[in-house]
Amino acid sequence: MATIVGGIGTTHVPSIGKAIAEGKQNDPYWKPFFKGFDYVHYWLARTKPDVAVVFYNDHGLNFFLDKLPTFAVGATAEYRSADEGWGIPVSRPIPGDADLSWHLINALVADEFDVTMCQEMLIDHAVTIPMALIWPGAASSAKPWPVKIVPIEINTVQHPLPSLARCLKLGRSIGRALESYQRDLRVVVVGTGGLSHQLDGARAGFVNKEFDALCLDKIVAEPETLTRYSIHDLVQLSGSQGVEFLNWMAMRGTLTGRVSELNRNYHIPVSNTAAATVVYDNQKAAERKAA
Amino acid sequence: MQQDIPGTTVFDGEQAQKGLALNRMCFSFNSAENRAAFLTDEDAYCRQYGLNDEQRAAVKSRSVLKMIEAGGNVYYLAKLAGIFGLNVQDIGAQQTGMSVEAFKSKLLSAGA
Repeated sequence: MATIVGGIGTTHVPSIGKAIAEGKQNDPYWKPFFKGFDYVHYWLARTKPDVAVVFYNDHGLNFFLDKLPTFAVGATAEYRSADEGWGIPVSRPIPGDADLSWHLINALVADEFDVTMCQEMLIDHAVTIPMALIWPGAASSAKPWPVKIVPIEINTVQHPLPSLARCLKLGRSIGRALESYQRDLRVVVVGTGGLSHQLDGARAGFVNKEFDALCLDKIVAEPETLTRYSIHDLVQLSGSQGVEFLNWMAMRGTLTGRVSELNRNYHIPVSNTAAATVVYDNQKAAERKAA
Repeated sequence: MQQDIPGTTVFDGEQAQKGLALNRMCFSFNSAENRAAFLTDEDAYCRQYGLNDEQRAAVKSRSVLKMIEAGGNVYYLAKLAGIFGLNVQDIGAQQTGMSVEAFKSKLLSAGA
């Protein structure tokens, strides 16, 4: 049976890719952000996941506005990235667990989440940057990636967007599906993007420390309380692109055990963004008893 | 009726319909060859993608706010900005009427 070892939340700002390529992790500007991953690396060395389910949003690499799914699940053995137009390094391909993808797709549709199924899906910086942060060096190594992935894409560009409640439910459905999966796999779930930021309009540069803190506090033990915010509220409080928090809610939804925050790093700014990095433990009832 | 959020254009169905041609052109800039073609003959490239007069004028002006008014979405417009070597902090500064340094300082002080 698959075990969900926990969740990771991280931003995916493109300029991080450039900072990694130029080896700037210890520069004064970048250090407070990158040091937030020390705990992530320590925790992964102990929990040793085989697969990462990654909730992210495409920024106009794979999907265009001509046909735009609300939820799309990758279902292939290899995910390639490509030129996004503004010059960040293109990651080497990342292997996928197609069998797990189809298990999730079958379970999701049976559970009334009518997802788009993608046997071809280019992954953009919203997958490749978190992968490079979480498994440093893996993208440039000749060795195999330490994990396979199942990328799940959520629309955060074309309104109407799915609600926070809907994304939480999507996550819960995937959590149940993972636990019913027959292979003995260890799964980590990643939510990418956010937190508060806005790239467009006269309000560009907007961040909201207080609201981010509230989201980070509530998402751990009472994520339902955040579902009272509409998408409009979320845009207002978190910025036009702060809505990427939907990916975090889906990640949180998959954690069906007793969830606790093992680590949190919060730093402003990474480019225009308030960046948060978290690790959530997902302790199952059986493990609690044993302990 | 939802209240407007100052300085913010929600990219809804209306904007998406209005901006389809402009966003499609920007989507094409994922290809280096297309970026080069745009730089070689901007007028011809914009015509090829069927930009309307407002969109053509907005692109010509290089004003991101005008491009948003014309239906552009920032994820796509960022690819056009990239052609001119501008990143999201540069376009943030442009849209808020600040110098890039002042815009960056504003972000830094938000974290302090």
